[in-house]
Amino acid sequence: MRTWSGSRLGCWVAAGLAIAISASVAITAEESGSKGTKSKASATNDKAGSDAKPAGKMKREEFTTGSSDVLISFINEQIRQGWTDNEIDPSEVAGDGEWIRRVYLDIVGHVPPMEEIEKFLNDKDRAKRSKLIDKLLDDPAYVRHWTNVWTNLTIGQQAPQRVSRKGMEKFLREAFTKNRPWNDVVLDIVSAEGHFEENGAVNFLLAQMVMPDDGVLATAKTTRLFMGMQVQCTQCHNHPFNDWQQRQFWEFNNFFRQLQKEDHRKYDAKAGRMVDDYSELKRRDGVADHVTYEKRNGLIEAAYPRYFGKDVVDEVAKKDKDGWDVNRREVLGKLMIDGEKSLVALAMVNRMWSQFFGFGITKPVDDMGPHNPASHPDLLDRLGGEFVKSRYDVKQLVRWICNSEAYNLTSQASKANEEKDNPAAGTSAMFSHVYLKSMSAEQLYDSLIVATNAHKSGRSSFEQAEDKKRVWLRQFVIAFGTDEGDESTTFNGSIPQALMMMNGDLVKDAISAQKGSFLNTILAETPKDTDRIRRLYLTALGRAPNPKEAKGAQDLLRVNSDKLAAYQDMFWALLNSNEFIFIH
Amino acid sequence: MSFVPAGMTRRHFMRHMAASAATIPAIQFMQHLQVHAETVKKNQKACILMWMGGGPPTIDIWDLKPGSKNGGEFKPITAAGTQISEHMPKTAAQFDVLNVVRSMSTREADHGRGRYFMHTGYVPNPTVVHPTFGSVVSHELGSKRKELEIPSFVSIGGDPGSPGFLGMSNAAFVVNTQGRIQNADTDGMDAGRFRQRLAMLGTIEDSFISSKRGEAPQAHKDVYKKAIDLMTSKQMEAFKVDKEDPKTIDRYTNAGAPTGGMMRAGGEFGRGLLMARRLVEAGVPFVEVGMGGWDLHANVFNTLKDRNLPSMDTAISALITDLKERSMIKDVVVVWMGEFGRTPRINQDVGRDHWAASWSVMIGGGNLKGGTHVGATDADGLTCETKPYLPGDIWATACHALGIPTTTVHTSKRGRPMKIANGGTPISELIG
Repeated sequence: MRTWSGSRLGCWVAAGLAIAISASVAITAEESGSKGTKSKASATNDKAGSDAKPAGKMKREEFTTGSSDVLISFINEQIRQGWTDNEIDPSEVAGDGEWIRRVYLDIVGHVPPMEEIEKFLNDKDRAKRSKLIDKLLDDPAYVRHWTNVWTNLTIGQQAPQRVSRKGMEKFLREAFTKNRPWNDVVLDIVSAEGHFEENGAVNFLLAQMVMPDDGVLATAKTTRLFMGMQVQCTQCHNHPFNDWQQRQFWEFNNFFRQLQKEDHRKYDAKAGRMVDDYSELKRRDGVADHVTYEKRNGLIEAAYPRYFGKDVVDEVAKKDKDGWDVNRREVLGKLMIDGEKSLVALAMVNRMWSQFFGFGITKPVDDMGPHNPASHPDLLDRLGGEFVKSRYDVKQLVRWICNSEAYNLTSQASKANEEKDNPAAGTSAMFSHVYLKSMSAEQLYDSLIVATNAHKSGRSSFEQAEDKKRVWLRQFVIAFGTDEGDESTTFNGSIPQALMMMNGDLVKDAISAQKGSFLNTILAETPKDTDRIRRLYLTALGRAPNPKEAKGAQDLLRVNSDKLAAYQDMFWALLNSNEFIFIH
Repeated sequence: MSFVPAGMTRRHFMRHMAASAATIPAIQFMQHLQVHAETVKKNQKACILMWMGGGPPTIDIWDLKPGSKNGGEFKPITAAGTQISEHMPKTAAQFDVLNVVRSMSTREADHGRGRYFMHTGYVPNPTVVHPTFGSVVSHELGSKRKELEIPSFVSIGGDPGSPGFLGMSNAAFVVNTQGRIQNADTDGMDAGRFRQRLAMLGTIEDSFISSKRGEAPQAHKDVYKKAIDLMTSKQMEAFKVDKEDPKTIDRYTNAGAPTGGMMRAGGEFGRGLLMARRLVEAGVPFVEVGMGGWDLHANVFNTLKDRNLPSMDTAISALITDLKERSMIKDVVVVWMGEFGRTPRINQDVGRDHWAASWSVMIGGGNLKGGTHVGATDADGLTCETKPYLPGDIWATACHALGIPTTTVHTSKRGRPMKIANGGTPISELIG
């Protein structure tokens, strides 16, 4: 996958809870007394957050999302310890308008519908944030969003030839719908065999088999995505910075040597010729128990199946109940998910953390190990352990992250933290304010659907809608000239993206003034201009306009005889703005 | 709009109006007009990077090893003062302005890492994103070319990488070889209305920019300004390769071999190079043109002689001929490279695997010396026998050709000084 991770403007979050006022937290507050002058900053853009508290230190201590999970206190303590150790003062708690937009985009992949924002802003329940998190985790869009995210991570945005995107999606959709334990999901993927639509889990490995390479890419990608380790360079030499040896790479690779891809073809009567049918992942029988590789000095060595020094050659030598050679990948998968803090658990915790915060607890997120120290090692360690104890409950992991103080802070930096905590510029991520993240192309697409009520028209089925989106997304993909299926995207804040937003059909449709369109409806249902303007702002940005913006909007209406056109222009500007395209 | 300045189309004028309303104060606006009134300067310096995605087997192209067990099937032929592959005859005939650097030794043999290293001169590092060299040139030269209305770094089917700390306004503008720029038209929208939209947009953007959310909101605004500039620029014609004489297109794309899917891919590279020449003429200082299909783990010789080399030979020789005919060759430096080379040893699938220890890059034009090779590998191609070169040295040589001082230092977002081309040195044998 793409390794130029820097082009993605990462991040976000905001937070502000502090559920249990432990001794250490109280001390932190004491020490931070001198900085309690920044409350004015957060007001600028967040008038909508009607209950955004002026965040004096006492107010801050009282804040909670309403969750009572003790692990959240631990997360908060760890993050606060980082602030203390690095002499960083956190930003304020995010206002409700800022926060609801963020949590929707992060958990369900689209902006909140206007009516949900209004309801949330008026809700006086002190536990409304934690309740909303729970509600979103039960939303069908949660499944769609995370299916998207993990399909892209496993097979890329543009699946290679002879890989079934539908199959992969179906497998993941079921996993997220049932909230299947993550260890089971990983085991299924790593050990998968069969038809690429009947068992969609095979597509991850099929996507790594675009060329005959003895499972080298499958080895590198499996360890990187599911174990958070980059070992690809050790196929040729020992890792320069950590303990990985060349031998270890080939010991791992040994587990993948039974991989066999079979591409079936069928006769198409209409076309009068053979066409592609399905592909399947099979197990090659009778594979030698060792692989050979060439060391840098030219000597040939043998590598037996071994997992971090644990020899499993005997196990691999057995037959399964059907008399076949045992599935080595299943042996590997079981080892990967074994233990109280398995690498699979740690990698998932780190990955999910980075999905929500824009930066992981290590940077990059998929290169963990002693050579690349974590910013919050104890936090990573404990979360990994608790994730295993929860039986790899992904929704629980999301709950821990989203209920944390750090996730509830504003994305506005303060004088006291903007320099010291700026991971986009190379500092460690200290999570003292939420970092901006760019919407993914899918998040943009789904947000425009929601913002313009297109989903309510009910004109197309789920499948049709997904297909339409897929066609739209294809325009951004740039495939690289390697056999590894590397790809990049022009949906990265560059000129093509700006042109698409300004002139493309998607936004054109979103601001359509036709009968029954979103704009038409909202104007019909809302009599007063000030309310109409407010609602457009809420829909696009999750906040009300500031006085300058409100005046500008009123001026626009005054000079335009065609009011509908003026509203179109206003909505166009909102959807094209930086504030819309960033998750903040 | 009754008054349109002489020499401007209405559409063009609209662009200025739009941009001025959104971003440019009146005085600057007038200066902008004056600058535009000047004749576009000829003979501007530029760099064309030919990017060989996948890692080309340079042992079969630029540094042949006849007589070695690693030598493979091809024979060398004379190319000015050196020798290259027999399957590159047309390029060999133009080699008086080109050179091979045969002692590249670059360590990174993974696609992602090699791509990064070769494009930036720096090995990947988790604490900083280094700018790809096209972004460096965009930053150094593009920003000085006020008459340039299209992006100063264009990638045609390439693999350009990130602008890193130089910011999104120096990012590559990625297009395909068809030169169709999607969504670049307002569909005949009234100028006043478009201006109204941009004014409104400006208000929202500025308020977000001033709210301390890092640098991304400002970058967003900068990119929009560039996109608006581009939308109504006449220079967009440079993307339209089909405006060329069909004979010229043929010269770049017709390798004279049987047609079919394979050849089409090769012809695309020729179209890309032709577009690059048009863009350079329009004033674009850096163009990257990608050619894929080099990750030849299997069947390397047949693929090279039947597919990759004929179309590449045709395209490169056409470009060099064209640059010479137009007296541009002394201003345009061309660089040819991939992520890494490929193993001297031929594997069991008659392929070659990834190899970064000893391989070649081609560089020429731009008033560099020509017709020779620099450095050497041993008889089996396994090690460099002379001083090894790094990508920084190639880019420093390109800097020299482009008139960018190699003493230039950029500052990362964290305040770290970063030497241009990672402090590489121009290759002395190639500079005057």
